[in-house]
Amino acid sequence: MAAAQAAPPSRRFFHSFELVLGLLLTGGMGLAVLFSGYLFPDGGESMDLMARLLPPFQSPAHLFGTDPLGRDVLARVIVGGKISLTVGIVSVMGAVVIGTLVGLVAGYYRGVAEIVLMRFADIQLALPFILIAIMFLAILGTGVDKVIFFMIVAQWVQYARLVRGSVLALREREFILSARAIGVGSGRIIFTHILPNVLGPIVILMTLNVANNILLESSLTFLGLGVDPLIPSWGGMLADGRTYLQSAWWVSVFPGLAIMFTVLGLNLLGDWLRDYLDPTGQSST
Amino acid sequence: MAGFILKRLLQAIFVVLAVTLIVSFAIRISGDPAMMIMGGGNVSEQDLRNIRQALGLERPFFAQYLGFLRGILTGDFGRSFMGGAPVSGLIAQALPATLLLAFASLLTSIVLSVPLGIYAAVKRGRWPDQLIRILSLVGLSFPNFWLAIMMVLLFSIVLGLLPPSGMEGLESFVMPALTMAIILTATNVRLVRTSMLETLSQQYIMVARSKGLRDRVVLYKHALRNSAIPLVTYIGLQFGTLIGGIVIVERVFNWPGMGTLAFDAISNRDYPVLQGAITVLALFIVAINLLVDIAYGLIDPRIRTE
Repeated sequence: MAAAQAAPPSRRFFHSFELVLGLLLTGGMGLAVLFSGYLFPDGGESMDLMARLLPPFQSPAHLFGTDPLGRDVLARVIVGGKISLTVGIVSVMGAVVIGTLVGLVAGYYRGVAEIVLMRFADIQLALPFILIAIMFLAILGTGVDKVIFFMIVAQWVQYARLVRGSVLALREREFILSARAIGVGSGRIIFTHILPNVLGPIVILMTLNVANNILLESSLTFLGLGVDPLIPSWGGMLADGRTYLQSAWWVSVFPGLAIMFTVLGLNLLGDWLRDYLDPTGQSST
Repeated sequence: MAGFILKRLLQAIFVVLAVTLIVSFAIRISGDPAMMIMGGGNVSEQDLRNIRQALGLERPFFAQYLGFLRGILTGDFGRSFMGGAPVSGLIAQALPATLLLAFASLLTSIVLSVPLGIYAAVKRGRWPDQLIRILSLVGLSFPNFWLAIMMVLLFSIVLGLLPPSGMEGLESFVMPALTMAIILTATNVRLVRTSMLETLSQQYIMVARSKGLRDRVVLYKHALRNSAIPLVTYIGLQFGTLIGGIVIVERVFNWPGMGTLAFDAISNRDYPVLQGAITVLALFIVAINLLVDIAYGLIDPRIRTE
């Protein structure tokens, strides 16, 4: 379409705006969390009993104020990011590896296994995951490892479906057929010819899923079903802060802002990637 | 058509079987809930046996599962460990509050997202469209429970306008419904925009325009009406997300619905109630999705051959 080719100036501006803001937010939070050990050697645990419930922006030592135990809110927000980012990244890595392998094999070799797998995927995608996770975590007990495990179990199907779809479209293309005709082995075709061509959509889905899983982890932890309440985490701080919302709003506001900026950064990057890798906008919703 | 309905129905049955199997399995691997419920205190063998029997744990897994399925069909989810009230009664008390909230959120979200989405589509690629796009990304970027807490902070603590919790009177609906509506709107605005753009590129819209009809008539009479069917479907299919969100948000507002029922059951280790609440919510979601799917298939024959 003509309209899509001649992007108006505002379109181009927002396109770069998305990338820059996305990189700033995600990169800034990522770096802060990465160096949190140097920035806050106490891990946000030391208590300043003389400065309990200090409001924000009043003391340079406690820029975001302190909680009822006199712990620095800024330090705990940065240190707490470690849990959220780890859960988000590890869970997506696990899901993408399993899902991609299954999708490649199913799409390339077809057969009964593919049919069974796709029916299974249809059913799994229709399951109300959050309800099932609540039930299992309530019964089995909580912990980071279990949260990550459930995310992988819930999400690998998305990658399997995506990859299989792309492989089906690719496997009859000339360059694959000619590779096969000159005797290139299946493994080599899958990994050097097909995989690079499905990476784009995988990366988009990964970015959005890291964002989703950070939200999901914070929800589960807020409900008391995720990360151990003794470890600083965004969801845990919000669950704590809610009980003294009336006297100390800042304890509930800053962890939420940290979640929002991190997830917004990832969503902006995901949106930008989608435009960048698929300029015709066919896959955008 | 019959084939299409049958296929969807079969899939829904498989989903129900999967959900119930998972729920039964979760209860099964809880180790010995009887011991956990009693906290290892001084309990008689008889008490333990009663609890195991109530959960069907003394039978093989398959028998336990069949018993659970039979219970669902007859509306019998056993009795609560806390006071012995029938679980079905507790659910019947809590379900309306959750469904009312779901309905209120959905309605509010439609009121917000339809005009915004149309506006974005009309201004496609220009500043208003980009602004709405960024706002919808922001709306997708915070957890629903945090938005709920921020609402309490603003409307109850700072402004003192609304009750912070409970379900009493119309004003108690404002914050919970608005919280979920904002989260839903972030997605719905994009759906409305895409759907409108697709309709606006159709030939009959061009014909309507070239007849000299005013923009407003073309937009609302021709385009919106034809976008409405896929829109209702997409929005209907979000019911699962909506319920999942409400269950969490209920926690912040002490809303007397299914989420509160489930989380009270979790802290009391009241497994029959937890099992019943999760199962009923899951069945509701599957049923709504099935109905929306079939309705769409009935209205738009192109879907059936997909």
